[in-house]
Amino acid sequence: MSFQPVKFYQTGTFTVGNRLLEPDQRSVQANMERTNSLNSGHRACQGCGEALGARYAIDAAMHATNNQLIAANATGCLEVFSTPYPETSWQVPWIHSLFGNAAAVATGIAAAIKVKRLKGETKEDVRVVAQGGDGGTTDIGFGCLSGMFERNDDVLYICYDNGGYMNTGVQRSSATPPAARTATTMPVGAEPGNPFGQGKFVPSIAMAHEIPYVATATVADLRDLEHKVKKAMTFRGARYIHILVPCPLGWGSPSGDTIKLSRLAKETGLFPVFEAQYGEITGSAKIREPLPVEEYLRPQKRYAHLFGKKPAYETIVRLQALADRNIRRYSLLDKEAN
Amino acid sequence: MNKPFAITLDPGSSLANHTGSWRTERPVYVDRLPPCNNQCPAGEDIQGWLFHAESGNYEAAWRHLTTHNPFPAIMGRVCYHTCEGACNRGKLDAAVGINSVERFLGDEAIKQKWQFDRPAAESGKHVLVIGAGPSGMSAAYHLRRLGHQVTVVEAGPLVGGMMRYGIPKYRLPREVLDAEMQRIVNMGVRVVLDTKIENVLDTMKEGSYDAAFLAVGAHIGKRTAISDGEGPRVFDAISVLRGLENGEKIPLGRRIAVYGGGNTAIDVARTVRRLGAEPIIIYRRTQDKMPAHAFEIEEALQEGVTIKCLSTIKQTDPKGIVIEKVQADSRGSLHPTGEYETLEVDSVVLALGQNVDLGALKGVPDIELNDGVVKVDANMMTGHAGLFAGGDMVPTDRNVTVAVGHGKKAARNIDAWLRGTTYAAPEKHQIATFERLNTWYYSDAPKTVRPMLDVIRRQSTFDEVQGGLDETNALFEARRCLSCGNCFECDNCYGVCPDNAVIKLGPGKRFQFNYDYCKGCGLCVAECPCGAINMVPENI
Ligand SMILES: Cc1cc2nc3c(=O)[nH]c(=O)nc-3n(C[C@H](O)[C@H](O)[C@H](O)COP(=O)(O)OP(=O)(O)OC[C@H]3O[C@@H](n4cnc5c(N)ncnc54)[C@H](O)[C@@H]3O)c2cc1C
Ligand SMILES: Cc1ncc(C[n+]2csc(CCOP(=O)(O)OP(=O)(O)O)c2C)c(N)n1
Ligand code: SF4
Ligand code: SF4
Ligand SMILES: [Mg+2]
Repeated sequence: MSFQPVKFYQTGTFTVGNRLLEPDQRSVQANMERTNSLNSGHRACQGCGEALGARYAIDAAMHATNNQLIAANATGCLEVFSTPYPETSWQVPWIHSLFGNAAAVATGIAAAIKVKRLKGETKEDVRVVAQGGDGGTTDIGFGCLSGMFERNDDVLYICYDNGGYMNTGVQRSSATPPAARTATTMPVGAEPGNPFGQGKFVPSIAMAHEIPYVATATVADLRDLEHKVKKAMTFRGARYIHILVPCPLGWGSPSGDTIKLSRLAKETGLFPVFEAQYGEITGSAKIREPLPVEEYLRPQKRYAHLFGKKPAYETIVRLQALADRNIRRYSLLDKEAN
Repeated sequence: MNKPFAITLDPGSSLANHTGSWRTERPVYVDRLPPCNNQCPAGEDIQGWLFHAESGNYEAAWRHLTTHNPFPAIMGRVCYHTCEGACNRGKLDAAVGINSVERFLGDEAIKQKWQFDRPAAESGKHVLVIGAGPSGMSAAYHLRRLGHQVTVVEAGPLVGGMMRYGIPKYRLPREVLDAEMQRIVNMGVRVVLDTKIENVLDTMKEGSYDAAFLAVGAHIGKRTAISDGEGPRVFDAISVLRGLENGEKIPLGRRIAVYGGGNTAIDVARTVRRLGAEPIIIYRRTQDKMPAHAFEIEEALQEGVTIKCLSTIKQTDPKGIVIEKVQADSRGSLHPTGEYETLEVDSVVLALGQNVDLGALKGVPDIELNDGVVKVDANMMTGHAGLFAGGDMVPTDRNVTVAVGHGKKAARNIDAWLRGTTYAAPEKHQIATFERLNTWYYSDAPKTVRPMLDVIRRQSTFDEVQGGLDETNALFEARRCLSCGNCFECDNCYGVCPDNAVIKLGPGKRFQFNYDYCKGCGLCVAECPCGAINMVPENI
């Protein structure tokens, strides 16, 4: 079942915590004893969505596994800002290897744990997560990822999608959205920015592997995100969660807008929030206040070329069409169900 | 230590890296003044008491409420609740039903027999309060809390002032009034009834009082010369209401003309309607100009009161009254038309406002008057040192809540005066405007409406017209509050900080910033639902 929001308790489950809810109905993040898996002192930019998303997700996974968790990390901002030698921000067993092999490393860890348990060397049921950016996931690490899916290895893979290779200076990835400007897309011309009709949406590809669980989430809806991480941990086999994480640097947005933009991505329909089991969609987070895509695009400098002296109406309309398609495809507009 | 190949340093924690040095702006927790609190004439901390009510702690809510106003059950019935007009939630769907939750708390307190604490220590000072209306009793309550001995002297046979002799039972049941008054007496306030003060200074000297608060109200009904002794008898509204309250038989007859358009006119009409009469309100302007509240006019019409607008009473005549039609022009100015008609009535009740009886102040030096009411300074003190005044007898809006607020303010100033200091009110916080809120986080929740007595019973009995909320819907209503400008511990800042730079201090203790790590991104400020965090520039 999808996350069921609590209504009418002043803020219900919209806020991180809620003193009016029973303790067992509250979020992991509201807890004074949360793990803080990614601790203070990391070097992420002000307002980094990836740093926030990683703490949300790994804290929830720690909670779900009774702290029996190992994390493998791909190269990318998350790795670079958290572990400049010899410091680490991680308060979980954590390993970094390469840009493209996090899924394979995690598979190896899972296999090692299985063997240790078979040999009686440990009784602990230690679970494994792999995590990386969109570049590390949808591009260079994609082969390892698909292999992990297809073998149904017992790993939860989490992709933090900020729509580009942010760590190396905002280059385009196969997850960069259409029309968004990066360092490696056309800066000028008839249609500047990332071309329409390219790229891929890895959640759909993960579903095509018919793995036990696939979900998308944003940092704007913590309760939904935590629900999905915890639910993923109830399955054995390959699982995939794709989290949209705004990047103030790469998106050209104010650092305080990170959550607002995540919310707008979901509310406009540009980023569908849903979950699927064994290849079938089982639920989607409904839009609460339908909004035109402009609301999401306008605050971001990567779309500034759409709102110049001569607004690029045609491009905006094409983006709106993508949002409308998502709304249809994932049944995002169903006020009653929300 | 045996280190792996090429490793020379022990692993360290990133806590060594104080990212707070990146900051150019810092978030700070603030308390802003919710618009409801700002509006309340009695200065209640509405958001503050709703906070307790939200968690179902009604006693804590009641105790918090009554630090400012000892009469929630009365307020919940007769206060014109301008707070709700200012409530930010009104811009979202509908204002929080502050008044109905207040009434619920007041009724709950009566049911549970909650009492006020007596003061911890006696000051040794003795204050005289003249008049046991809302203003006098509010002052008595606050003075007693501050440890002073208080004697209230009241001319009438019972306490309550206009709340008893003006406001009819069907709006304020007397058990409710009595319960909230008795609670103040139980604190050790002495009340002397049936004693009219003829001269304040004499009484003060005789009783060795250290200060006095005057709250004699405005009880002299204004009259206009319309009768030359022939035809229907002419009464004034205040005397009629007082007489009926005292159980007197007043020869009003069946058809009664009520002259005036204010709340008093409506109350008289609705009262006599309940006694079987046919009241007709005569008012010189149009109905939308009537000073009475729209909801009271509506309720009166439902009960069968007739309203005749654009009419003045010229004079009585043997059969009834002569009425002149009035015309209003486009700018609203009134013009007599010279067209007359005769209306058959048995009596006329004048509801044209009230004057203050200043008898008790006769001969007191330095008292300044202003249009028949007594001038006071910002500390509620009259021109005569040690003599304070409030409520209907000073220049003000005349209603119970203002009177209660005056009582509180006067008590604080009397207390300071008795100590030889002046009372300094704490500085007002900035207003928590709607723009400061992040309303995304609030659940959609329509307002709860209070039940109304059916119209048949309203026409024949003095049963209370408006019902109260029960526990479930009072709780629901309290939880509609947005907690404007004041942290309500939603944990958003604690959650949304990417740097774990918010320290949660535990239930009831709120949060603290850890400026060693806060980078100043502003996410907490943006995502705080109630606008309780401010961003201020760093000194760099
Ligand atoms: C018909 C009517 C309906 C109203 N309805 C509402 C309403 O719904 N809501 C609302 O907010 N307001 C209402 N008001 C207004 C409200 O009642 C008054 O503003 C309020 O009661 C004023 O309080 P007070 O303490 O200043 O004076 P009062 O309530 O008038 O009390 C003054 C007291 O002083 C006593 N007193 C006078 N002279 C002396 C003396 N010399 N010695 C000793 N005692 C003396 C009087 O007997 C009286 O008890 C209404 C008024 C009327 C007339
Ligand atoms: C094989 C290899 N190629 C290139 C790099 C350089 N590199 C490091 S991080 C990075 C981009 C990471 O992008 P993404 O995975 O989206 O993570 P983000 O930084 O955006 O969070 C690149 C290209 C590398 N470390 N390894
Ligand atoms: S929402 Fe609550 S705090 Fe805000 S104005 Fe209304 S009652 Fe007051
Ligand atoms: S969210 Fe965290 S880092 Fe950002 S301003 Fe608030 S406390 Fe500082
Ligand atoms: Mg990326």
